[in-house]
Amino acid sequence: MTTKQISIFIENRRGRLSEVTDIIAQNGINIRALSVADTTSFGILRLIVDDPERLEAILRESRITASITSVLSVCIANQPGGLVALLRLLEDIQIEYMYTYVSQEGDDACIILRVDRNEEAVERLTAAGYHGPHA
Amino acid sequence: MPKYFSPEIETAPRSEIEHLQSYRLSRTVRRMYDNVPTYRRRMEEAGLTPDDIKSIKDLSRLPFTYKQDLRDNYPYGMFAVPPEELTRIHASSGTTGKQTVVGYTKHDIDIWSECVARALVAIGAERNDFVHVSYGYGLFTGGLGLHYGAEMMGATVIPASSGNTARQIQIFRDFGSSILCCTPSYALYIADVMKQNGVDPKSLNLKAGFFGAEPWTEQMRAEIEARLNIKAYDIYGLSEIAGPGVAFDCACQKGMHVNEDHFMIEIIDPETCEVLPDGELGEVVFTCISKEALPLIRYRTHDLATITHEPCACGRTFVRMSKPAGRSDDMLIIRGVNVFPSQIESVLLSEGSVDPHYKIIVDRINNHDVMEIQVELSGEMFTDQVKGLEEQQKKMRARMESVLGISPKITFVEPMSIERSEGKARRVEDRRKLH
Repeated sequence: MTTKQISIFIENRRGRLSEVTDIIAQNGINIRALSVADTTSFGILRLIVDDPERLEAILRESRITASITSVLSVCIANQPGGLVALLRLLEDIQIEYMYTYVSQEGDDACIILRVDRNEEAVERLTAAGYHGPHA
Repeated sequence: MPKYFSPEIETAPRSEIEHLQSYRLSRTVRRMYDNVPTYRRRMEEAGLTPDDIKSIKDLSRLPFTYKQDLRDNYPYGMFAVPPEELTRIHASSGTTGKQTVVGYTKHDIDIWSECVARALVAIGAERNDFVHVSYGYGLFTGGLGLHYGAEMMGATVIPASSGNTARQIQIFRDFGSSILCCTPSYALYIADVMKQNGVDPKSLNLKAGFFGAEPWTEQMRAEIEARLNIKAYDIYGLSEIAGPGVAFDCACQKGMHVNEDHFMIEIIDPETCEVLPDGELGEVVFTCISKEALPLIRYRTHDLATITHEPCACGRTFVRMSKPAGRSDDMLIIRGVNVFPSQIESVLLSEGSVDPHYKIIVDRINNHDVMEIQVELSGEMFTDQVKGLEEQQKKMRARMESVLGISPKITFVEPMSIERSEGKARRVEDRRKLH
C-alpha cells in the first residue's frame, strides 16, 4: 500500500516544467501519476514513476533538487461516496496532500495520500479491506 | 598559569595603557605632520595641527589614511624617515592592484618582533619549543615576522618557508617541530598530504599552530585541530601596520588581543565614518603609535570585525577583536542599514546550509528599498511539502532580520542557477538607480 513518490523542486518560470519532464522522457521513464503544488515563486512536482531511485539519480546529475517520500497508494471504488468512506477512516490522521489517478488495470480509482502517520493509516485501511493497486 | 612575554604592559590597568597611548599618539602625529607631506596636507585640510592632538580622545578627529595613499606615493613617499634609518623593506602581494611597499627601522623590527613574541608566549610557546615557520620568506611579512618573534622569545626557529609539503612533514618528524606557523589553508593541505602518506599526526611532536594571512572560520579551526591533532590559533596583521602579530589569540581562543601599546584599534561605520561601540560590526581602523618608518594614522583596513573590552580569562587587558568577517568593500546600504554579504553567509551556514550559494538583489520600489536573497535549495533543505519550504523561508527571514536589522524576501532557486564566477564571487545585484 505504501509506494515511493519522487518530489522535484521547480522554480516558477516559463518552460521549466517542460524542461524537467523532457529529462524524464529522454530517460524512458513513464509517469503514472502526478500533481503540482504551486506557490508564487516555486512549485513542487510530485510524481509516481516506474523507477524513482533511477530518476532521482538522473535528476541529481542534472543538478535538479529532488527527494523520495513514502506515500500511500490506495484503491477506492470508482463510484459516489468512494472517497468519503476512506477519509472518514483517517479522520484523526493529518493528511498533508492527496491526488488521484485512474489505474491502468481496471475500474478502480487510485488515490495517493501523504499523511503524518503512515503505518497507522496502513493498518487501519488494511483492516477495513482497502488495498493498493496491483503492481 | 598563564604566562606573558611583557607582563607589565600586557596586564596593565586600562588607565595606564590609555595614558601611554595618549603620549605615543601625540608624538606620532607630530612625526607624520613634520615628515610626510601627504598627511600634513590632510591634517591642514581638516584644520588640525599636532598641538590639537593631546590624548586618545582626539584620535577620532584625525583624517584617515588609505591604501591608495601608499600607491600614490609609491614606493617611499609615505615614509617618515630618511633611507639611512631604514633596516628592512617588505611589500604586499599586490593581489588587489599595484603592490605596496612598507619600511622598518631597527626599532620597528624590534617592536614587531616583540608583538610576535607576546603572541607565541600567549599560546603556550616555551624556550624549548621548535617553531616551524612555513610562511613564505621574502617580501611577504609572514615568514620573517614569525621568525624574528620566535627568536626573540627564545624558542628555536625552523625556517622551513613554504612549499615541498612532503619535506615539511619529514622535518616535523625528524626535527621535532612543535609549533606550526602558516596559512590556515596550507595547514589543511599539509593534513591532506599527511593522510595520503599515512602519517599519523599523533606520532608527531606538534602541539599548536599559529595561522593567519587569510580569512578563516571557526569551522576551519575545528577541522585543523582535529586533523593535525593540535590547538589552532589565529594571528592577525597586515604589512601596512607591521605584519603578523598586530593581534593574536591567547589560549582562550575568544578573540584576538590587539598589541595596544603599539597599535590602536577603532571600529567605524564605513559609510558615516562614525566610531562604533564594542560589539558592533564595522571596519577595522589601525593607528601605529610607536613605529618610526611608517606610522600610519587611522589606516582603513577594509576588514570587518567587532571589538570587546570585556576582561579576558587569560589576564591580558588588551582589547580583543573578532576574526575578520569579510570586507567593507562589499557593504550595501539598504534603508539606511549597513548590510554585509558575510552576515548573510553566516546566517545560511547557521541554518544548516553546508556550502551556501546565494545572491542578494536590492531594488527600489515606490521609493522603498527592498532586498531579496536568492538561496539555492540544496537536497538537504528540500521537502516535498510547500508548508515545509515556506516555514524554512520564514525562519530564514526571521534570522536574517535579527542579524541584519532589516527583513529580506527569501526566494529559493534551483541549484546551479546562480552564476559562478572565477575568483571573487559577485554576490550582489543592486538595481537601484541612485545616480
